Amino acid sequence: MTIKGWGDQRIEIIVGTLLRVGVLLSASVVLIGGMIYLTRHGHEHINYSTFHGEPENLKSIPGIAKGTAGFHGQAIIQLGLLLLIATPVARVAFSAVAFAIERDSMYVAITLVVLAVLLYSLFASGG
Amino acid sequence: MSVLLFTFLVASGSFLAGFLGALTGLGGGVVVIPMLTLLFHVDIKYAIGASLVSVIATSSGAAAAYVREGYSNIRIGMFLETATTIGALVGAFVALLVSGSSIAVIFGFVLLYSAYLSSRHREADAPAIKASPLANKLRLNGDYPTPQGLEHYEVTGVPAGYGLMFGAGILSGLLGIGSGAVKVLAMDQAMKIPFKVSTTTSNFMIGVTAAASAGLYLSRGYISPGIAMPVTLGVLAGSLFGAKILAKARVKVLRYVFAGVIVALGAEMIFNGITGRI
Repeated sequence: MTIKGWGDQRIEIIVGTLLRVGVLLSASVVLIGGMIYLTRHGHEHINYSTFHGEPENLKSIPGIAKGTAGFHGQAIIQLGLLLLIATPVARVAFSAVAFAIERDSMYVAITLVVLAVLLYSLFASGG
Repeated sequence: MSVLLFTFLVASGSFLAGFLGALTGLGGGVVVIPMLTLLFHVDIKYAIGASLVSVIATSSGAAAAYVREGYSNIRIGMFLETATTIGALVGAFVALLVSGSSIAVIFGFVLLYSAYLSSRHREADAPAIKASPLANKLRLNGDYPTPQGLEHYEVTGVPAGYGLMFGAGILSGLLGIGSGAVKVLAMDQAMKIPFKVSTTTSNFMIGVTAAASAGLYLSRGYISPGIAMPVTLGVLAGSLFGAKILAKARVKVLRYVFAGVIVALGAEMIFNGITGRI
């Protein structure tokens, strides 16, 4: 990571911390959701050999939020996975800010293209 | 199979996949999909969803460690991510048009190619080259730490590298893998970036690329909590453990063994895809 002029060291430490916190936080949420799910449904039988697609409340952001509020294990797992997906997105957003502070307009533009693609994927069809 | 048993077996298998993936540098995601489809008879769509999120977890976890060492080049990474993320969206849309069987066959060939690449793994760098005008314009040249202090490097082959990255993005979005092998090929072979820089930069790009299609897969219902939970936690724990003992381990033999396993899995994916069993 060589962003010159704004303290390379500082940016590296922030990005490293951001990634570590993001991964640890999402893994913990997935683990908590998993415990609840296994406690309640551990002895049920499952078969994933045919694809049905997850129900609405486990594939949309509002659905997952509602399920989490209701303390549903599977919804909490999905919340953790959403946080995991959001971690690289947050990192790209942070890079845009770092390039802006450096007044590197070319790389601000490049970073915003990447950010737009990521946000499109996360929200455009996730409603 | 009961939920408890399935969770336990998939988590154990994913731990092993992440562990071997970190030790050999091939990544754990590449064996998670064959494991789920061939061993546990999980539909390939669910397997792709689970693999994608585990790829994000290992990439972010490893990048957190690498980023402090100063090898990765954020400008190269960000510039090429415009190609990989758009490619990943294209791949995720193509996935809607092709059957699970065709995806299995393509996956099998990618496995065979990854195994081939790993068998001719090297760490020697090509001789230093002069930067191309486009690389200068995009300010892709950089420095990286060596035992003898900072070493400067210059970059070339930008259009070829960019094209390969677009392809890597399509594969990632179509198959739910990191495509690390293609990314390193683009940076190492086409753009002549030093090995240490290309592997670490590729690693941090993998998470961003996977995130570009993961949102779409989530809203399509491919990401099933009952599968993604043991896969993600298992691969993450395994890869962190693998990275920890990497310094002490002698991986040469292990790399060949793992490459052999991947060849076998690749052949089986192709066979099952062609005979319509996946």
